[in-house]
Order: sequence, then structure tokens, then C-alpha cells
Amino acid sequence: MDGIKSYVLICGGANCTSAHKDEIVKKMKGKIKEVGLKTEVQVLPKGCFGLCEEGPIFVVYPEGVFYSHVQASDINEIVVEHLLNGRIVDRLLYKGIVGKNIVTSLNDSKIYKKQTRIVLKNCGVINPENIDEYIAYDGYMALGKVLTEMTSEEVVEVIRKSGLRGRGGGGFPTGLKWSFAAKAEGKQKYVLCNADEGDPGAFMDRSVLEGDPHSVIEAMAIAGYAIGGSQGYIYIRAEYPLAIKRLEIAIEQAREYGLLGENIFDSGFNFDVELRLGAGAFICGEETALIASIEGERGMPRNKPPFPAIKGLWGMPTILNNVETYANISQIILKGVDWFRSIGTEKSPGTKVFALGGKISNTGLVEIPIGTKLREIIFDIGGGIPNGKEFKAVQTGGPSGGCITSDHLDVEIDYETLIELGSMMGSGGMIVMDEDNCMVDIARFFLDFTVDESCGKCTPCREGTKRMLEILEKITTGNGEAEDLVKLERLAYVIKDTSLCGLGQTAPNPVLSTLKYYEDEYKAHVFENRCPAGYCHELIQYFVADDCKGCSKCVSVCPVGAISGVIKQQHTIDDDKCIKCGECLEICPFDIIIKK
Amino acid sequence: MKSLEELMKLKEETLKKINLDSKKNGIRIVVGMATCGIAAGAKPVFSIIEEEVGKRKMKNVEVHMTGCIGICRFEPVVEVYASDGNKTTYVYMTEEKAMNVIDEHIAKGNIVYEYTIGAYEK
Repeated sequence: MDGIKSYVLICGGANCTSAHKDEIVKKMKGKIKEVGLKTEVQVLPKGCFGLCEEGPIFVVYPEGVFYSHVQASDINEIVVEHLLNGRIVDRLLYKGIVGKNIVTSLNDSKIYKKQTRIVLKNCGVINPENIDEYIAYDGYMALGKVLTEMTSEEVVEVIRKSGLRGRGGGGFPTGLKWSFAAKAEGKQKYVLCNADEGDPGAFMDRSVLEGDPHSVIEAMAIAGYAIGGSQGYIYIRAEYPLAIKRLEIAIEQAREYGLLGENIFDSGFNFDVELRLGAGAFICGEETALIASIEGERGMPRNKPPFPAIKGLWGMPTILNNVETYANISQIILKGVDWFRSIGTEKSPGTKVFALGGKISNTGLVEIPIGTKLREIIFDIGGGIPNGKEFKAVQTGGPSGGCITSDHLDVEIDYETLIELGSMMGSGGMIVMDEDNCMVDIARFFLDFTVDESCGKCTPCREGTKRMLEILEKITTGNGEAEDLVKLERLAYVIKDTSLCGLGQTAPNPVLSTLKYYEDEYKAHVFENRCPAGYCHELIQYFVADDCKGCSKCVSVCPVGAISGVIKQQHTIDDDKCIKCGECLEICPFDIIIKK
Repeated sequence: MKSLEELMKLKEETLKKINLDSKKNGIRIVVGMATCGIAAGAKPVFSIIEEEVGKRKMKNVEVHMTGCIGICRFEPVVEVYASDGNKTTYVYMTEEKAMNVIDEHIAKGNIVYEYTIGAYEK
């Protein structure tokens, strides 16, 4: 029997028979036939498995999956999920099989094995609303060490030697930034924290602030000592209410303990931190716009130079670092430069946190040493692409970044390699895409975001991105013309070269990178009126193939009544009515409905 | 805070108090309560564990909320640090499953294997 791919063994003992086995067998066979697996699956009654109290029992080979207490109502799920789609129905698994030799701790799981936790070391471990627990995990030891044993020059030197680079995306050496501000003259100097996390799909900073707020506060105080500043501001978006609440609690507790305030550790050093809430404008993640927003002005970027380290908040020397950058500081102070440099790469020591999202099995936060291969992140830690789909690309850097294709899965990730590939590290969003994602539409999505978020101060960004979006909308709706592709690319380079700030300078990246790697998809849209991924609605059509059995299941699920036909005869889809929801294709038991 | 010694003392005292390492005889239960965990339903899970541990007057059992542990897919997540220092990660938790964990694991010391991460991880 060459065609048989699976065997379903059903317990035929007396006890199981009494547990409605016959009804179940009949229903199972019926459903298998219905979904067209009759020639591939064989149902075999078997002798007693000796676990009558667990019956009726089903064993599915070749996997050897053991289901217990199967009810008639569970049959459809086993057939469709397991036999048809190859996904084991966890909830019906015989519980005794979940043996003692499985992984019971996250720390031993595949997800964790390749991670190194520096920034996230306390997240998910300590109670973030209790300063004592942070202290129990060496919290504020680095601040104590700095204030009692080191000069401010020594602190700057340690951070410079550690090679730590800005984790907000730019990758500027943190120690160098601090040294500029330390040398600059000013009555007051300011320490700012950029917690205005705005990339679609990125939530690293929120997690750090919600899980370990003191790590950022402690690092800001250390930075204050290093540059000679006594006031810090955390600029955080109002959309993060829980992070704000936990920061407020943390600041209050630190003040109570005298870890913020005057004469900290009896050293004569004063430092305090306040929150400034942003209204969620993406532009306020740009440093000069963020400073303008704190000053009470409209959040718009300013010309550089002068750089904030020389002339920043209220015209005073200011350092601005990202949440994740700060979360590294106290451990570098405590464990030393050599320890930090032993992790990551020569040019970019340490780790980077990524927010894994999109078409990936294990969505979540991962912290990996810089230099880890993309393949390891997506397939080993992330568990690969769900539903047996093919990996297509991964988008890093959000609206400022680009796509990395399957050809580059073995590239070791750091700031430089990603830029070479036409993307960027960005703040750490990593959106995985599979074969169903249309790359032209992805570019359109990010452009739509930047058009919304452009502050309007400079013309290339305000007008240019809007024109690019119009062209992309033309292409994805099937109205693209050959010259649009030329215009799109030319416009992209003009915007890149002439925009005032990082938002505009990087906004064309999603377009340029998809044009570079997926030019054929753009061409298919423009010249063949076809979306190869089958995503762009205006360019796809649903058909019923000729050998329709006329079961009429599709008719019952179609929300707009676009399908017609007599039972047991050929059905047809009215393309004018069809809204391309795909429900009919999902339900068709014979795979007769085709998407083109 | 006036000196490093004062900070060290506080650290040692807290370490003794919180059941985080094997030196202590107690059990520490943490529930992931960042935005992601709460959105997935961690609040009722946390409440029922806290309530039940209080009701049963379980000594040496601490219940805490914590931040995001990074495994969004598995939320709500509850982790149990046993007195021997071993940690168990329970995933996709519900109020009902939390009660089972208290009955079996916390009260009797039997890990509920079918709720642990290994039972779900592919």
C-alpha cells in the first residue's frame, strides 16, 4: 500500500468500545474521506493498550502520537489539524506521556540556549516595583563604585574602552559621546534618556523599563557623574502607561534611599531624574526633536552641528542615550572592559536585543551577542516559520531599515554588515516575512508610516515621501507604469540626500532595499498586472477549477454571496462581488479553488 | 545611602529575605506582568495565586510580579523557583492551571510537567 502515509490505531478493547468507540471510528473514517485523505490514511482497530481509564485511545503513526480521552467532538480537529496539516493537537495528548525528561525550565529550552542576557538579565527575574530586589542583584553597586572609587575621567575612559555603541540604531560610540559632553563648557549639563520607542514591531525599551527600571536610572546617574551633570530626563511616550508607572515608583524609591538626590554616597555628587512624556510622535525619537519637545517646543529637528553634546537642552551640553544603551552601563562598570569585549565582535562588543515578530514561531524578545548569524536567530531561537511556509525575508530597522533575503541568512549581524546589505540595525525590530508577503506592499506599508510621521519641516521629506507613497499605491493597485519605477528610485535618492534629519534620510530605505532584492516583484506588478505573493487585492482573482464537486461549502462561507452554483454541479465566483477574503479557498475540501 | 558598606548590607539582608537562591528554604513564584503578560491574561492568574497562597497560609512561599521574560508566544508565564534553586517555567497559564500548580507543585512538590515549557516547545 504505497499511498498510505499515516496509520491511526484505535483501541478495540471492551472498555474503549463502551466509551463510544464505534461512533468515533465511523466519524473518523467519514471525516478522513471528506478531506480527501482516504488513500493516505488508514484507520486500524487494535487490541487493548492497557490504559482503559484513558480511553478511547488513538495512536497516530509514523509520529507515534498518543491521544487519550478522545470524544466524538474531537475527531474533526484531529483529522484537520493533525492528519491534514501535520500539527499535533496538544490538548488531547495523553498526559502521562509528558514525561519527567522534558525541559521544565525556560533556561534549558532551545529559545534560551543561544541567548546572552546582559540588558535583560533582571527582566522576568526581579520584582520591578521593589528596589531591594534590584539591589540584591548588585543594583546601584556600580553607582557606589563610581562615586567612591573612580574619577569622572576614569568612568568616561572605561565606557570608551568597552567599545559600547548606541543601541538606538546609529551605533555611535557611547564613550566618545560622553567625552565630548564632559569636555564641553556649561553652567548645567543634562543627561537624557531616549525612551521614545516608535518603530512598528519594536518593544525592547518598553520591556526593559517595565522589567528593570532601576538599571536605566542608575546608569543615568553614572552618566551624570561622568560628564558633570546633575539633572536627567527620561523622555518616554505616554502610550507606555505601565512603563511610566514603574519608572515613577522606581524614581521615588531611589530618592527615598538617597540613591537620587543630594550628596549620594556621601560623595558630594547630586543627581535627580524626571520624566517627560511624549505624545507619541515618531519624529521625537530624533535627538534634536526630542530636545525641542522637552523644552516645550513643537517636536521638530534642528540643524546639526552644533551637536547636543556641545549645545543641547536649553543650549547646554547634553548627552542622549537610548534605554538599552544605559542598561549596559552598570555591568560594564562592575564586570570590566575585558568581560564586555569578550562578548560580541571586535568592532561592536556586547549584545543586542531584538523584538522578533511577524511570521515566526517564537515571537518575543531575544538578546544575542552581536555577530550572531541571522539564521540562528530565526531558526534556532525563533523556531522558524510557522505553518510549513517558506522564509522570504526579514525586515530590520523598521521604517528606516530594509529587507534581508534568504541569500544573506549566514551574515553575522552587526552595525556595518546590515548597512552593507542596505538595511540597518535600527532599534531592534525584526519582522520576519514568508512567501505570502508582497515586498512592494511592505515598502508601501513603511512609506505610509513615514508619511504620517514626517514632521513637515523640510520639503524633501514632507513632499517627497508623499509622492513615493502615491507611486507605490499606484503599483500595488495595478495601475503602475514603466516610468514609475525610474521615478521611484530617483526620488528615493533625492530624499535621502537632501532631508534635514534621520527620518527623511532613511525613509526611502524600505523602497530601495526591496527594489534591489525584489525588482522582479515590482516588474510583475507593473508589466504583468500580477502580485507574485498573491497579496495585493486588486491583482488577484479567485477561480473555481473545472472539476468542482459542487459541495457548496464555499457558498456558505462567502460573506458577500459572490459564489453561485447548483449542488453537485460546477460553481463559479463573480469577480465583481468577490472581496478576496480567501474564506472559500480555506474551506474547500477538494482544493479546487485557485488563487491567481 | 551614605556608603558602599551600607548598600552591601542591604543587599545581603534582601538576599536572605527573598527566595532567589538555594540558600533559602522557601519557594518563590513570579508571574510575568509586563504589558505583554497582562494583555495575555496574567492579572487574574497573579491574583488567584496570591489569594490562594494567602488563604492556605503557605509559609515560605513568596508571590511576586516581574517584567517581561521575552517569550511572548507563551504568555501568561509563571515561574517557580524551588528551594533547591531549580526553576520551573509554566506557560499558557490560566486560573485553573494555576490552582493545579498550587495543589501539586507548591503544596506537594510535584512538578506539573504538562504545563511546562517543554510540553509546548517544538
